[in-house]
Amino acid sequence: MSSLSPPSKKLWWNEPIHKTELMWISLVFVWGLIMTFMMPYWHVVGKQNLGTETYKTTPKAFQASTEAFVEQYTVRNEGPRNFPVVAPPAGGDVYMIARLYDWWPIVELKKGESYRFHLSSLDMQHGFSLQPANINIQVVPNYEHVFTLTPNASGEYSIICNEYCGIGHHLMIGKLLVVD
Amino acid sequence: MVNNEFRTCPDTGLKFYSSAENLLKVNAVAAVVFLLVGGFYGLLVGLTRWQAVHLLAADNFYMVLTLHGLNVLIFWMIFFEIAILYFCSSVLLGCRLATPRWAWAGFVLMVVGAVMNNVIVLQGASSVMMTSYVPMEADPLFYLSLILFAVGALIGCFVFFGTLVVAKAEKTYEGSVPLVTFGAITAAIIAVFTIVSGAIILIPTFLWSVGVVGEIDALAYRLIWWAFGHSSQQINVAAHVAVWYAIAAIVFGARPLSEKVSRTAFLMYIVFLQLASAHHLLVDPGVSANFKMFNTSYAMYLAVMASMVHGLTVPGSIEAAQRARGYSAGLFTWLRKAPWGNPVFSGMFISLVGFGFLGGITGVVMGAEQINILIHNTLYVPGHFHATVVLGSTLAFMAMSYWLVPVLFRRELVLKGIAKWQPYLFGLGMTGVSLFLMGAGTLGVPRRHWDIGFAGTGGITHEFPAAAYTMLALNGMSVILAVIGGAAFCVIMVGTILFGKKLGNQKMAEPCIVAPVTDEEYEANGGSAYAIPGTLVLAMVFFVSFALYYFINWKYLAETWGIA
Ligand SMILES: [Cu+2]
Ligand SMILES: [Cu+2]
Repeated sequence: MSSLSPPSKKLWWNEPIHKTELMWISLVFVWGLIMTFMMPYWHVVGKQNLGTETYKTTPKAFQASTEAFVEQYTVRNEGPRNFPVVAPPAGGDVYMIARLYDWWPIVELKKGESYRFHLSSLDMQHGFSLQPANINIQVVPNYEHVFTLTPNASGEYSIICNEYCGIGHHLMIGKLLVVD
Repeated sequence: MVNNEFRTCPDTGLKFYSSAENLLKVNAVAAVVFLLVGGFYGLLVGLTRWQAVHLLAADNFYMVLTLHGLNVLIFWMIFFEIAILYFCSSVLLGCRLATPRWAWAGFVLMVVGAVMNNVIVLQGASSVMMTSYVPMEADPLFYLSLILFAVGALIGCFVFFGTLVVAKAEKTYEGSVPLVTFGAITAAIIAVFTIVSGAIILIPTFLWSVGVVGEIDALAYRLIWWAFGHSSQQINVAAHVAVWYAIAAIVFGARPLSEKVSRTAFLMYIVFLQLASAHHLLVDPGVSANFKMFNTSYAMYLAVMASMVHGLTVPGSIEAAQRARGYSAGLFTWLRKAPWGNPVFSGMFISLVGFGFLGGITGVVMGAEQINILIHNTLYVPGHFHATVVLGSTLAFMAMSYWLVPVLFRRELVLKGIAKWQPYLFGLGMTGVSLFLMGAGTLGVPRRHWDIGFAGTGGITHEFPAAAYTMLALNGMSVILAVIGGAAFCVIMVGTILFGKKLGNQKMAEPCIVAPVTDEEYEANGGSAYAIPGTLVLAMVFFVSFALYYFINWKYLAETWGIA
C-alpha cells in the first residue's frame, strides 16, 4: 500500500521509527534548541537588539515634539527641500517624522555616540530603511517607537521608505548625516 | 442529480464520483486561469523592476503589483487547494462528495469574489497591495470581494470535512485515512483558522471603509492580518507536502518510511506553525522582545522540525521504493534512475529542493528576531517567498496537474515534448527570481518600490551599488524564463482539456501510476531497502548549508550600527 491508501498495518502507530529518521529528528531537535538559544544569547552579548519601548501618540502631539526638537537643535538648512539639519547632543533624543512623502528633519549625529530615536508617522504606515547600514524598522501611525542607534561609521546615509505608503512611495527618501 | 454515480478509472483504479469529478474540473480550470492572469501581471512587475526597461508608470506598477499578489498568492493557490481537498477526500477514499450543492455555491462565491477583486483593483483606486495596511484605504468592494472569496473557500473546507464524515460512516475505506488525505486534513484545518482570522480583520476593515466603524488601529491590524496572512501560506505548505507524498506514491509506488513520523510532522504544522506569525512583526513598535522570541521559535523551532522531517522522509521514501525495485547500487543510483523526463516527478523534485534550500533556510534565518532588522521589507522578503510559494507550492501543484488533468478529463496530455522541459524552465526561472531578489534585498533594495534610481525626488537620491541594478536586470530575465515556463504549463493544461486525445475507457499509452511496493519487495535482500544512505547524504548537505548560512547572517548583523 502506498501513501495514497490507508496504512496496511492497522496499528501503524506501534510500528518502530526508521533509524535514519530518528537520527535526523535528534539532529534537527538539537539544531532547533541552538537557534532558540541564539536570540536571547544575542540580547546578552550582541549589539543589535531593537528596543521595543513604545507610546501611544497622535500625529498632532508627535509633530509638536518633533518641531520642538528641531527648534532647539537646528544648525543649518540644507538640500533641495531646504530642510533643517538638526544636531542633537550626544546621548540625546532624536525625533523623526515619517509622512507622505518625506522624512523630517535631517539629523546629524556623531560617530560612536548613542542617540534615542523617537519615530512615528503622521499618516500611513511607512518603512524606515537606513542605507547602506541596512537597518529596517516599521513605522506605524499613532505609535511612538523609541530605540537607540549608535553609528559606527561616518558619512551620508539615506532613509528610504520601504513600506508601500501610496502613489508617491518611491519619492519618500531622506538623509541622515554622521560626522566624526 | 443522483449523487451516487461514479466511474472507476481504468488507469488508476480510483473511483471518481461525478459530483466530485465536476467540481474537481472546474476548480482546477479556475486555478489555471488565475495563474495565467497573475503570472502575466508578474511579468509586468519584473520588467518594471528592471531599471533599464522600467516598463510601467508608477501608478500602474503599484496596481499591477497588487493584482499579481492577489491572483497568484490567493486565487490560483486556493482554487487548486480546493481541488486537492476534493481529490483527497472523495477520490482517495472512494466516497461521494458531501453536499455537492454547497460545494457549487462555494465555487461560485470564489469565482465572483476573485473576478470582482480583479475588476475593482483594475479601476485604480485600490492599489493597496495584498496586505492593505490601514489606514490606507481601498474601495469597500475590494474588501468585500475578498470576504466573498473567503466564504466560498470556507464552504469548500466544510464540504471536505463532510466528505470525510460520510466516508467514515459509509465505510468506504478501512483503518486510517491515507497519509496524503491526512496531510490534506491538516491543510484544511489551517485553512479554517486562516479564514476566521481573515474575517476578524477584513470585516471590520470593510465596515471602516464604508464609514460604519470609526478607526482601525494600525498595529492591531498588523497583528491580526498576519495571523491570516501567515497561516494562509501554511495551507500551501501542508498542501504541497501532501502533493509530494502523493507523487512519490504515484511515480514510485512509495509509502512513508514510517506513518507515525510523517503524520506527526503534519500534526506539528497545526500546533506549531499557524500561530507563529510574529516573524512579520519583528521590527514593529510595541511588540515585546520576549513575545517575538517565543513566538518565532515556539521555544524550539518545532515547525521547522516538521518541514525538515518531511524534507527527509519524502526523498527517503522514494529511495526506499527505488532500492526495493532493484536500484540499490551505490549512494545515488535510485536518484539517477528516477524518471527525470516525467514532469510529474521532475516538477516535484525541483519543488522539494527549491523549497528546502532556497525557501526554507532563508525563511528561518530572516525569522530570527535580530537578523530580521537587516531584511524586513527589503526585496529579500519577496525573494524568499517566491522560493516557498512559487518554486515550492506552485511547481508542486503543476507537477500534480500533469498527472491529475489527464486522469480527470480522460484525455492524453498534449505537447509532451514541451511538458518534459517545462518544470526545468520554470524552476530555473524561479530560482533566478528568488536568488536575485534576495541578492538585491541584501544590498538594501526596498520591496514594493517603483524606482530605486529616485528620479523625481528633486535631487535627493541614494546610490545603490551597481550590483543591485545588475540583480534587478537578472531578475527581469529570470522572470521572462519563468513566465515562458508558466505559460507553457497553462497552454499544455488548456490544450489537454480541449484537444487532448479522448481516452474514454481505453488505458493510456503509458501506465500513469506505479503499483505500490510490497512488503516482500522491501524485505528482499535482507531489508536493505530500509536503509536510505543517499537521502541521508543529501540531508546532511542541507543541514551544513543551513547552519553556515545562519551564522553568516549573525556575522553580517554584528557589522552594522549598534541598535538597542
Ligand atoms: Cu512608503
Ligand atoms: Cu509567516
